[in-house]
Amino acid sequence: MPDFLVLAIAAALGVALVAGPLGAFVVWRRMAYFGDTLAHSALLGVAAALWLQISPGFSVAAVCLILALVLIFLQHQSSLAIDTLLGILSHSSLALGLVAIYLIPGARTNLETLLFGDLLTVTAGEVAAIWFTGISVLLMVTLLWRQLLSITVHEDLARADGIAVNRVRNLLMLSLALVIAIAMKVVGVLLITALLVIPAATARRYARSPEAMAVFASLLGCLAVIVGIAASWFWDTPAGPSIVLAASLVFVFSLATKD
Amino acid sequence: MLLVVDSVSLHRNDKTLLDQVSFSLEKGRILTLIGPNGAGKTTLVKIILGLMKPDAGSVKRAPGIRIGYMPQRLVIDPTLPLTVGGFLKLTDRDPASCKTALDWAGVKALWLSPLYSLSGGETQRVMLARALLCKPDLLVLDEPVQGVDVAGQEQLYRLIARIRRDLGCGILMVSHDLHLVMAATDEVICLNQHVCCHGSPEQVSSDPEFTELFGNRTALYTHHHDHGHDLHGEIVSESGMAAANANRPSTGGRDSEKGTTADQVAARDNVGQG
Repeated sequence: MPDFLVLAIAAALGVALVAGPLGAFVVWRRMAYFGDTLAHSALLGVAAALWLQISPGFSVAAVCLILALVLIFLQHQSSLAIDTLLGILSHSSLALGLVAIYLIPGARTNLETLLFGDLLTVTAGEVAAIWFTGISVLLMVTLLWRQLLSITVHEDLARADGIAVNRVRNLLMLSLALVIAIAMKVVGVLLITALLVIPAATARRYARSPEAMAVFASLLGCLAVIVGIAASWFWDTPAGPSIVLAASLVFVFSLATKD
Repeated sequence: MLLVVDSVSLHRNDKTLLDQVSFSLEKGRILTLIGPNGAGKTTLVKIILGLMKPDAGSVKRAPGIRIGYMPQRLVIDPTLPLTVGGFLKLTDRDPASCKTALDWAGVKALWLSPLYSLSGGETQRVMLARALLCKPDLLVLDEPVQGVDVAGQEQLYRLIARIRRDLGCGILMVSHDLHLVMAATDEVICLNQHVCCHGSPEQVSSDPEFTELFGNRTALYTHHHDHGHDLHGEIVSESGMAAANANRPSTGGRDSEKGTTADQVAARDNVGQG
């Protein structure tokens, strides 16, 4: 197997593993559109990195996190419904990111790889960053599992139980921002939410407990990675979209086989 | 004294949500906060639990007391495959004490049931069991019979009375329903931003302010029977007391109230209590 393929598989598996549990929370807390909004803002993070000549990983995570906090703030302040608010921020940040990229000389040639991922050119350093970030996030989610689940079930009950609801929620946002930052290379900004939501939704059909759902989502994500990259290798299809398509096919298969 | 609420006030966006609310609760007593929706009952509960801070006034809890809280609603997304047992274990890791609490609430058989599949009455009982897990000195129940049919409401109030007797805890209950709760409580506070009236169920139900707040709905109810329009639509549009009326229990068993006043209904139920 050529080196670039090994690296691609390693990178995508790292993202799929951590996307499982986080995707479960995205599904339980109905944050799919929220995740989309954060992912779109990642483009702005890339533009900032190109402009400031820093590593895109940090600036993407930072921009996502800032947007998440702005959203939480606006949700409490604004009289607009949350989906309207998300619609405004999601597309504004995508448009702003696109404009910013076009204004930076030489950057516009990379646009397609930013939108749809560039898995097959991933470097060993990037793989290491993905696994380091992924394991850190997994560790955080595992340690905070009960608190995260409690605030998902009922925020006031969790607060009455003495859980620092806002801090736990912000840590979940931070995790999401970090996962978006590492998933960009794999599937691009437009398909990141799919990697979070589809394996988790598939896992729901087989899981009897929240823990099982999170683990199944990781495993199903890994399955989609293997199938997607294989398809990309044999039929010369783009790797990121092929992974998402594989995840969708597994979901359709689960619909057909259960109930 | 378990709890002393001392002239608590809260304002939001130039609106007074709570105005100088004061009362206290002793061990072993059941106190019910009653009032129309939007009267500030849930807000007051959140302040008592320490989830919100009042603009003025104070809440003093007896030092070291354990508070069991049952929120107004539990909405579980069907995508979350959490069982009743799993839900209780989020609060108390010991399965044995979780099962004991479920047994107390009369729903031990639901241990493995998915949380999202429960009926209204089952959900309320599971939440009650959860509130009992900490062996509370004070139970705070926000609309404990919400979404429960009339027969189930009476059973639930009986269960709450038994919990008070067996645990000896104080109970603070919130309700917008009138007559069933009157039979289940020692003391009533009628809240409409401020404390309208306060006393035994008998005292409160004969108070003019109470009649003013709740009295006109029986008249409307009678009117409805004369004409046969849509129940909720009529009451909402005519009285301006939509909140108080919109969430009443289903009409089963209600026909006997036709033509009586709220006072009489309450009085009748108090007789039933003795």
